[in-house]
Amino acid sequence: MADVVVEQGRVARARGARKGSSLRNALGRKSTVAFFLTLPLILLIALLVLYPAFYSVYLATLNKAMTKFVGLSNFTFLFKRETFWMVVRQSCIFAITAVVFKALIGFIVAHFVHNIPGKKQRKWRGMLLVPWVIPPAMSTLAWLWLFDPSYSAFNYTLSFFGVGPIPWLGDTFWARFSVILVNVWYGAPFFLIMYLAALKSVPDQLYEAAEIDGANWWQKIWHITLPMMRNIIAITTLFSLIVTFANFDIVRILTSGGPLDTTHLFATWAFQVGIQSSDIPLGACVSLFMVPILAVAAIFILRDVNKRGNEA
Amino acid sequence: MSRKTLTRRQFVAATAMSSAALITAPYVRGAYAAGKLSIGFWDHWVPGANKASTDLVNEWAAKEKVEVSIDYITSNNKKIELTAAAEAQAKSGHDILQMPSWWPQAYSENLEPLNDVMEPLLKQNGEVNGTVKYLGQSGGKWLAVPATPGSQIKGPCSRIDLMKKHAGIDVQEMYPAGGPPKVENWTMETFLKAAEACHKAGVPFGIGLGETTDSVDTAGAIFQSFGAELVNAKGDITVKTDQVRQAMEFYKKLIAFLPPDAPSWDDASNNKWLISGRGAMILNPPSAWAVAKRDAPQVAEQCWTHGFPSGPKGRFAPYLPYFWGVWSFGKNKEAAKSLLVHMSSPSSIEKFVAVSGGYDLPAYANMTKLKTWAEEGPPQGTLFHYPDPYKHQTLSIAASPAPPKIAQQIYFQATLTKMALRFARGETMDQALAWAEGECEGFMRS
Repeated sequence: MADVVVEQGRVARARGARKGSSLRNALGRKSTVAFFLTLPLILLIALLVLYPAFYSVYLATLNKAMTKFVGLSNFTFLFKRETFWMVVRQSCIFAITAVVFKALIGFIVAHFVHNIPGKKQRKWRGMLLVPWVIPPAMSTLAWLWLFDPSYSAFNYTLSFFGVGPIPWLGDTFWARFSVILVNVWYGAPFFLIMYLAALKSVPDQLYEAAEIDGANWWQKIWHITLPMMRNIIAITTLFSLIVTFANFDIVRILTSGGPLDTTHLFATWAFQVGIQSSDIPLGACVSLFMVPILAVAAIFILRDVNKRGNEA
Repeated sequence: MSRKTLTRRQFVAATAMSSAALITAPYVRGAYAAGKLSIGFWDHWVPGANKASTDLVNEWAAKEKVEVSIDYITSNNKKIELTAAAEAQAKSGHDILQMPSWWPQAYSENLEPLNDVMEPLLKQNGEVNGTVKYLGQSGGKWLAVPATPGSQIKGPCSRIDLMKKHAGIDVQEMYPAGGPPKVENWTMETFLKAAEACHKAGVPFGIGLGETTDSVDTAGAIFQSFGAELVNAKGDITVKTDQVRQAMEFYKKLIAFLPPDAPSWDDASNNKWLISGRGAMILNPPSAWAVAKRDAPQVAEQCWTHGFPSGPKGRFAPYLPYFWGVWSFGKNKEAAKSLLVHMSSPSSIEKFVAVSGGYDLPAYANMTKLKTWAEEGPPQGTLFHYPDPYKHQTLSIAASPAPPKIAQQIYFQATLTKMALRFARGETMDQALAWAEGECEGFMRS
């Protein structure tokens, strides 16, 4: 019996020693250290992103007075609203058009900047980033004055050429054009800086080899630059698509969704329905509709990036 | 270093002695014996007007021994509405919160009934108009107290010279300073003819067709003057009626004489229109005139604020009252009520009106002939008719008399201006009405 006890104690000690060493091993592992280092950020995200996200899901299941659970009936109600489908359509038009132009302008300007030598390039980089670093609410106010119904600086300038006045924010076409223009102006520098970084990582030897083979500029772009940049293009597009889709400030300041709701996006309409009309559950519902649309876009783009990563 | 330790016996003795001292000590009324009170006021846009609120609160706090803190919350970008929504959700916040027109109804479940405050105030200051009751009362319960700061009538502010020259209307003769209005001919027909004449002369009326309150308030008064209601007081949808059709026809004619970019106007656009001298009339409280006094005195000298034209069903003027509400979850409700009584006394109201240069409008019947409105200028008497001293018009809010929670949505979704604009832009009457009916059906959610 005594032997057994001693034996058991030894076994227990051995197990304890193993446990201690495995804990040390676990703590020593790079992944564990990484986890603990990122823990503050994870907690912050849980507090500021996950909690509000789940809370908005909860809100979306309540009735207008927020007194009883109504399940998915807010969502089915929205499906029947003409304005809701208009907002879906407009959000897609706004986000896709703005992202395409931002990517295109960013790509072209990145090439120009890439070809500027040394110190001068740094100055240009700094200047071209200015729209992106000014808080959008402030810069959009300046745009509002440029588009102002009564004192538009654009219309004043155009009047010298016998053009206009253009109702920049009063006509559906021009209002959509204006909000997209401001979004492109604000967001293109982000694409520029990402593409510039990607361009710098393309080895010069590839271009030299292509030149020896007699490739023209278009062939160099098509066969070297674009394939080398495609992952960064995909990630940047996805990121920008999410941010553009969820845009609020530009539309809110320039048009408040007008004229006749034709510039409303999910966020601005959610604000109008939720806060201004005191229907918080319906407002939460409208904003949650962004999730499936963006999730589909994210899956497609990231799957493509993954595939290319595996090919590499 | 020696350290004296506290024995168990010493600890028990000390605790007993201090408890006895606390219990037997005489009650001393400290500087803030009546507790704390936190207040969220609307941040006034008339420079220096917040001082009236601060002075009145401090005066009351010193007398009542209450520690007060005031936050002035801007209404720009709906900050004050966001604050109300956040506090109602969190069940925590200011003891008193100033709320724009629709918010007492929107948060009726979270507001302390204030009948005990309102009943003596009504006896003291006179009755309030129907719109204040519509917005501030629910089931006989006063949800909030009408606040003088911020409350306003958005009547016409006309250019004396331009109206006389182009439309042949002498607004000073029609609304003489110090005397009753002579308005037999001031009808929607006359208004439309004047709009046409001023449009032809290159100084069109500056009336917005956007989605912000100035545009909606104008549409509301015009619709009401035709008896047009989208939803009636019982909550029935009444879009497809002759009255609504008449109002739409009128609006279509009016839109033809407004600036082409009016659909994109916000609440600042009409002010700029008047101050720049480009228009003969706007529909706004005298804030535009007040700014013109500073920035364009030659324009201000020609401004005259007066009453609304009448339609087939009466003379309605857009009226937007502000309210002071006390949250039911507030910590010092008795002190809050006492302060509201103080701020609603005739002397306080007079002070609010004087400091705001006549912009702020008391809701009470006995308070519409204060000397500020008679004396303000130039031109002297320009604001005399602003508070409707002869009560010749019905002060109303757009979308009433629909049940307030439905009306709030009609108001903030700008259904009235949108349906009028749709019709004016080429949709048929039936299409525009069908669209509005669909919208109203959506607002019936409870």
